[in-house]
Amino acid sequence: MTGAGRIAAIEAKAARMRYDIVEMIAEAGSGHPGGSLSAADIVAALYFDVMQHDPTRPDWPERDRFVLSKGHAGPVLYAALAEAGYFGRDHLATLRKLGSILQGHPDCLKCSGVEVSTGSLGQGLAIANGMALSLRMDENPARVFCLLGDGELQEGEVWESAMFAPHHGLGAVTAIIDHNGLQIDGACSEVMCLGGVAEKFAAFGWEVRETSGHDIEGLLDALTEPAADPAVPVAIVAYTVKGKGVSFMEGEAGWHGKAPNAEQTTTALGELGIQLEAATTAMIEGGAR
Amino acid sequence: MSEKRATREAYGATLIELAGEGVPVVAVDADLSGSTTTAKFGAAYPDRLFNVGIAEQNMIGTAAGLAVGGKVAFTGSFAVFATGRAYDQIRNTVCYSNLNVKVAPTHAGVTVGPDGGSHQMLEDIALMRVLPGMRVLVPADAVAARAAIRVAATTPGPFYVRLGRTAVPVIYGDDYTFELGKARVLREGAHVTLAACGVMVEQALAAAEELEREGVYAEVLDVSTIKPLDAATITSSALKTGAVVTCEEHSIIGGLGSAVAEVLGELAPTPLVRIGVRDVFGTSGEPAELMAHFGLMGADIASAARDLLARRG
Repeated sequence: MTGAGRIAAIEAKAARMRYDIVEMIAEAGSGHPGGSLSAADIVAALYFDVMQHDPTRPDWPERDRFVLSKGHAGPVLYAALAEAGYFGRDHLATLRKLGSILQGHPDCLKCSGVEVSTGSLGQGLAIANGMALSLRMDENPARVFCLLGDGELQEGEVWESAMFAPHHGLGAVTAIIDHNGLQIDGACSEVMCLGGVAEKFAAFGWEVRETSGHDIEGLLDALTEPAADPAVPVAIVAYTVKGKGVSFMEGEAGWHGKAPNAEQTTTALGELGIQLEAATTAMIEGGAR
Repeated sequence: MSEKRATREAYGATLIELAGEGVPVVAVDADLSGSTTTAKFGAAYPDRLFNVGIAEQNMIGTAAGLAVGGKVAFTGSFAVFATGRAYDQIRNTVCYSNLNVKVAPTHAGVTVGPDGGSHQMLEDIALMRVLPGMRVLVPADAVAARAAIRVAATTPGPFYVRLGRTAVPVIYGDDYTFELGKARVLREGAHVTLAACGVMVEQALAAAEELEREGVYAEVLDVSTIKPLDAATITSSALKTGAVVTCEEHSIIGGLGSAVAEVLGELAPTPLVRIGVRDVFGTSGEPAELMAHFGLMGADIASAARDLLARRG
């Protein structure tokens, strides 16, 4: 696919995922739209371009792995997995309901395509590191991508793991920080200032890349460019907008963890529907070029 | 029974054995690989031991990732840090995903000795026992520890294996086999049941000797699996003797005594006394001094059994 067509295809997937995210959270009556929407472009780039994976063989040994350390953004992962074909789209309407494979936070024992259960913040990077160690022992060239929230970086374990990956030469690991600047109680800078996230990872020995988390081209470059030293893990600080795509959710911490009401859902899906239509048109045109 | 060995001594050695047999064991330790003896495993298999530094949460998480990748991941550190400091990692990552992680820390109980209360873990059995899917093993000697580690390594899912620092008498012979979920009747008796685990098995046997001299015949059970608990053996012994003393180097809250009381309360209510540390922290001292200080010696068990029998009438 040409560059423009490739990007348009991912944008169309991201637009589809955003629509699904809001629709499933509205149907559930609870959930975390803000951080799911901010991560949609990142997750779309991974699942529909960068990662080698096969929905018909979720345990394919050579697959690239994805760990959603910010487990509360489960809907963005569910939207990607459904769109990729890991399970039927009909499951999306069961989010957070009794008996659903789509638990409030991802459960690997229930949901195909989820590598490991997450939800308690700060734990994903350590798991990703362990997965990479295991792959190295098996001489398996697969990569491990770990998506963290920025508020999550306040958890001490993140930095234990950040120290570990470069020390053990885990070049297979890529950490992506969804840096939307907001957490439940407000701005990260006010709740507990993170300081320079890029500088911190660099100081721990990571090769750091910074990009807009909504610029697909920038994300693809950051996710695919080999590290200068293959033994050095890559950290991508992706600057994002919380609630991206829904006008009244964008940049509002209050939309971290609540579902829209009926009226808000109509407005949100109206906006996302227009974006989806535009992205789909662009994809068709891009593919035709 | 003259030979003495610490249960932790079995740790690194058994991992070496398992690796030699083709079991994909790995170990993740947190700057205590010499104390836990995983360093011996690392010397034999340098690419299978990973040191995370002083970072127990990361130790559990990294082990979890290795387990996701198909490895049988053992972890190190001391019981107090491996369970307490990393509890959420054990709960939410290891147990919630039902991963093949074996939490097998050393230095449990008051027999840690001079390091004192901060390092003497007395609540670990309680913490681990309540986790869905977690199996809890408390071996009585180095022979049982080797067998317990082997069972943990070859049975899928999360395990907690409680190991100690101090050399304790070797009770079992080389023919010992560890049966998951089975309590072992070490001595039969009709008057009182002494249900013990870990280093307290030796003390329970000593108590039984003492009681026998007075014509009181104690049945001694080695309850090396706290979870799943062998309800059948414990209930049947309790129904026979009508009096039970539980013996553990752990808080009397939440450990073996609680587990036995729960089962008996439901299936066969029986007068019961719990020997253990009575809702206090440990303190510095030599292991033998501390066993006496906290009332964990054979004589203490015998005395409790006498009181219980007198009370029951």
